[in-house]
Formats: sequence, C-alpha cells, structure tokens
Amino acid sequence: MILLPPRLSIPNNCDKVKDFEKAQLRIPSSFRRKAANLQTMASGKTPGLTQEANDFTSGENNTDDVFDDMKQRFLAFKKLNYMDNLEHFKKLADAQAPKFLVIACADSRVCPSAVLGFQPGEAFTVRNIANLVPSYESGPTETKAALQFSVNTLEVENILVVGHSRCGGIQALMSMEDEGDSRSFIRNWVIVGKKAKESTKAVASNLHFDHQCQHCEKTSINHSLERLLGYPWIEEKVRNGSLSLHGGYYDFVNCTFEKWTVDYEGSRGGKKEGSGIAVKNRSVW
Amino acid sequence: MATDAYEAAIKGLKDLLSKKADLGNVAAEKIKELTQELKELDSSNSDAVERIKSGFTHFKTQKYLKDSARFNDLAKGQSPKFLVFACSDSRVCPSHILNFQPGEAFVVRNIANMVPPFDQKRHSGVGAAVEYAVVHLKVENILVIGHSRCGGIKGLMSIEDDAAPTKSDFIENWVKIGASARNKIKEEHQGLDDEAKCTECEKEAVNVSLGNLLSYPFVRAEVVKNTLAIRGAHYNFVKGTFDLWELDFKTTPAYAFS
Repeated sequence: MILLPPRLSIPNNCDKVKDFEKAQLRIPSSFRRKAANLQTMASGKTPGLTQEANDFTSGENNTDDVFDDMKQRFLAFKKLNYMDNLEHFKKLADAQAPKFLVIACADSRVCPSAVLGFQPGEAFTVRNIANLVPSYESGPTETKAALQFSVNTLEVENILVVGHSRCGGIQALMSMEDEGDSRSFIRNWVIVGKKAKESTKAVASNLHFDHQCQHCEKTSINHSLERLLGYPWIEEKVRNGSLSLHGGYYDFVNCTFEKWTVDYEGSRGGKKEGSGIAVKNRSVW
Repeated sequence: MATDAYEAAIKGLKDLLSKKADLGNVAAEKIKELTQELKELDSSNSDAVERIKSGFTHFKTQKYLKDSARFNDLAKGQSPKFLVFACSDSRVCPSHILNFQPGEAFVVRNIANMVPPFDQKRHSGVGAAVEYAVVHLKVENILVIGHSRCGGIKGLMSIEDDAAPTKSDFIENWVKIGASARNKIKEEHQGLDDEAKCTECEKEAVNVSLGNLLSYPFVRAEVVKNTLAIRGAHYNFVKGTFDLWELDFKTTPAYAFS
C-alpha cells in the first residue's frame, strides 16, 4: 500500500514539500507511456525497473509520478551542471549580463537553449506562440515588458528572432478565416502576424499550403524585426551601433539553421526586401 | 549609401594630405586606431554570430544526428506532456534546470513568469499559448516556475502605490498582474528585509498565476476532470534548491435541498 502525500491547496506553499519523501516503489508513469523513448536521459532508473514499470498499471492519479520525475530531473541538473560550475553560478546569482535577447516560439521542439546551445546567463529569452513581436503602438502587452527590460536595463547587444518549420501558430494564421471566431485566443494573438499572411498570399498563393506556411514563417520573422525598429529605444540603439537585430529560421525537418542580420543603413536607404527591411550576412548552417 | 560616405571622407583626407604632407604621420596613427576600433565593432557582432553557429553545430552533431529517428518523429508532430511558464531571465531556462528534451515541454517565457487572468484583448499572447497547449496539444501538466532574484518581482515590490506612470511603464503594467501577491507580502511580512520579502513575493506571485489559470474555462474543465494537473515551483539559484507544490481544485456534485 503506497501512502499518498496530502494534496496542497493555495496559499500553502513550498515548506510542505520537504515533508514528502516518496516510497521507492513508485515508478514515474512517464515510463509507461508510448513516448518512453524520450525518457532515456538520466533519470536514475535502471532498465530492469523500466521493464517492471511497463507492466505496472496504476490509476489516473499522476501526482506522485510527475513529482518524482521533476525531482530526478532537478537533481540531475544540480549534480551535472550546477555543482560543477558553482563559481560561475554564484556570480550569475548576483547579476545576469546576457548578450542576447532571444524571441522564440513556445513549441516544445525549438528551445533556443537546446538548439543554439545557450548556457545559463547567456540569453534573455521570450517564448510565445509563433515568436511574434507586436508593434509598439498597439497589440497585446506581454512581449513588450521583456523588450523594455532586456534592452534598457540589461542592455543586451543582440536581439535574435527565431522562427521554425511546421509552426502551429503560423499554420493557424494562414488557415484562419478573415471573419472568424473572435472568441479564440489563438486567433486574437496570431493576428499580430497578419501582414506576413497578406504578403505571403500576394506572392505565393499558387504554392502548396505547406510551402505557403513556410514562406509565411520566414516573412513573419522579418516583419517582427521591422516592428522591433518601431520601438524608439530599440531604434536608437540600432542606429548608434550598440544593438544588432538578427533573424533566424530553424528547420527541424532537415536540421538546418538559416541566419541573417538586419542592415539598418540599408533599411533606411532605398533598398528594401518587401518586408521593409534590408538584410545582410545571410548564411545557412 | 555607406560606401559613398566613406569614399567621400577618404577623398577629403587625401586632398588635405596632398597639401599638408607633414600631417601624414598623425593621419596614419589615427587611421590605424580607427581601423582597430572598427575591427572590434565588427568582431563583437561576428562573435555573436559565431556563438550561435557553434551552438547550433554542437546541437546538430551531438544531439540531432545521433538520434535522428526521434527527431524525425518530432518533426511530424509534438505531443508534450507539460506546459511550462518560466521567467525570461537568462539563468532559469527550464531545459537546463529540469532537463527537458526537445518535444517534452511547451514553454512560455515572459517577465516574472506571469499568467494574467483571462482577457482576450490585453493578454491574448498568454491566452493563445494556454489555449493551444490545453485544447490542441492536450498537455497533462501546467507548471509555473518562479525564481530567486527575479527582477520583475523586485520591480513589483518597489512600485509606489499611487505613483505617476514611469518610463518603464510596459514593465510596470505587466508585473502589476501580481499586485495581490505584493499586497499580501506587505501586509503579512512587514518584519522581513527587502530580499526576504522579494523571495516571499516570488512564491506568492506563482500562486496568483496558478489561480489565474483557473480563470480560463478550458483549463478549469480539464482540472475538474482530473486530466490536467497544475503546479507551482520556485527555483533558488542562490542556494541551488527547487521547491514544487500543487494546486488542488475540485467541485463536488451539487446536493439538491428540497
């Protein structure tokens, strides 16, 4: 018989956590799931136990399984990363001085720390649906506070907007009706990227829908970069050379990363690229 | 264009030097300095790019290509079990702290890991992420992670009650979502020093966000059915600790009084 720990409710908090010591028999239910191959990373369980877990059936209560799972994950981080780099983490604890602000999609497959190898302290990261940047004058506010903090307080030197293949948010944007259900949150958010959809339809409407989406994914990055220049304190820093804006596109079907930098002088001058900005230093890895 | 500008400047310099050859040495020194300065400017920019490139190359060779079957599956579709809210702070990426692998966690990151209450106009960004994760991806867990030395929470604690809007108004308007946490700390923990008050506020603000999650009807529906669990956490990188707790919410069937 396995004792379940008492459930917590608001406003009780973390002190109670210390009272929970799990029975060793409890196997994370994540092992039982079909996606068990994702659990091959270090979580302290042996193959023998894994087999046992596959035979183990339990009720729908996932509390303790997830709890255990989290605990193993954190302890692995602490042991393999934190303790080995204690000096570094102590310094970081006092202050962060990241050189990058990264704006990436919330998609589970595109974490910039994983894909671009950012270590703790290197990148101030905003993640939202479809890595969108709303304009300075209007639109939802979540991303704007992060722009303000990272550019004005932390004084990052680079902003990198990273888009990706098979983006559900862009797909929703491309497939939504013009007069649709405005009660949907997704709709109310992805509409920030409306201009990218219009520009894609204008040049690529003869393409297969998937290719149109890919076109929109890339165009949307450039539109977000353009909107970034609409923030006065961002434009000022780009103009005086203390801040660079970059676009990036991660294609996880082919595992390539395309990267380009906004050419501020070029954008001010005549040469534009449909989306209103000029770019330079484009490369594909 | 930039090339026209510098060509004109160089022509002007050459004209001057052809008339005043004795200025040649001074000019040479200054040109060397300028060249060095420009090299550094460019290299810090290309340093940044090099950083990203080496990061991606490492990922591609050490992770993607070594496990291409799994990544091919992921390319077809994601089915993460977690929706995670974490702060944008560069020190608290959930992939590091909790070792989330690609495909495991749908992650939203914003200042002070806030979940605002249901508001389709002002806060459609967070709403869209919650809707997509809960309704479309059908995640089983939502986790809101607060952390130590959070600049956003510190900002929240230092907002004067009736101050005029400041030039950080985007930040202030955003962190005010946690105002009830701040008020609670101010009332109940008056004796603590500022840093300790901030720590308490970091945790209480997570609770405010957990409560706000329930203002989304699609979240509430899943929680009541027991198909979605909601948890809060606090990562303290000063001490190297991680606290985790759960939100307990249910409604019982109605008893009819008749």
